[in-house]
Amino acid sequence: MEFFSRMMGRKKSAGSAKERLQLVLIHDRTDLTPSALDALKDELIEVISRYVEIDPTAVSINIAKDGRSQRLVADIPMRNSNRRRVK
Amino acid sequence: MTAKVATVTSGKGGVGKTTAVANIAVGLASLGQRVVCIDGDIGLRNLDVVLGLENRIVYDLVDVVEGRCRLRQAMIRDKRLPELYLIPAAQTRDKSAVSPSDMVRLCDELRQECDWILIDSPAGIERGFRNSIAAADQVLVMTNPEVSAVRDADRVIGILDAEEKGPALLVINRIKPAMVKRGDMLSVEDVLDLLAIQLVGIVPEDENVIVASNRGTPMAFDNKSKAGQAFHNIARRLMGEVIPFMDVENQGFFQRIFSGRK
Repeated sequence: MEFFSRMMGRKKSAGSAKERLQLVLIHDRTDLTPSALDALKDELIEVISRYVEIDPTAVSINIAKDGRSQRLVADIPMRNSNRRRVK
Repeated sequence: MTAKVATVTSGKGGVGKTTAVANIAVGLASLGQRVVCIDGDIGLRNLDVVLGLENRIVYDLVDVVEGRCRLRQAMIRDKRLPELYLIPAAQTRDKSAVSPSDMVRLCDELRQECDWILIDSPAGIERGFRNSIAAADQVLVMTNPEVSAVRDADRVIGILDAEEKGPALLVINRIKPAMVKRGDMLSVEDVLDLLAIQLVGIVPEDENVIVASNRGTPMAFDNKSKAGQAFHNIARRLMGEVIPFMDVENQGFFQRIFSGRK
């Protein structure tokens, strides 16, 4: 049975339950929807770009879990200043 | 005596709160503790039938709060143990008949008379729940290894933190070892990882729960059933004993063969 369900590429249901709960609980606890998180990301990129040069496509913003509290983790790669054109 | 007030709550209904209160109460009382159970589910009382005391009700919680009887008169003594009492909920009133401050006052009066006050909270996060946690020194949050029960438990844990009633203790009820084993049920570790609070008990699914409620004799009265043992362990942990958790997910091969179940 296990072999067949694996062959069919079907995931064990407990795994889906845990993954789905992880997301649902983060949104329940923080009151932050995925679309609000996207908007936050866009605005953050805009603000940071005013000061430093970054690659907007490489920016990642995630909610990490730390016990019962969550933290917003942003990874924003900066471009090297020596690669900038000199006026 | 200064009693400790412990409330069992869950958010979602039907996860086993009433069964837990009845059995933990029996567990504590059989350790020689003086225990008073309060049914906090006004309008939908059930702790009386689970304990088998439904025929002895004269006065209820609302009668005490509204001054129609003394506290003592509403305490039904369970004759099977020396020091186990029930204060039943009113059946023909609604939750608004009692306020959180009524509960605090009532429990303060009771504290002098016993070692433990166990409160069976109704499902939900409204008035009945607020009443049930108002006087609590310790809240036990009960859940099942199932998506909606875990989600609601998380919500309740959050509210308890906000109300400064935390940290709550977790009871995971109705675990089916075979389903966990084949990957079709959240494991104890999964639920703990998601909810991130301290565990106080794990209780396997057990048909004896139904048999016990049919008879009005909680399982904890005889120590043979798995669920009964699990509730006894919770009672001992509440008393401060350190007891290893039952390995419900990996019951031994022989154990399964000889218990005659698949």
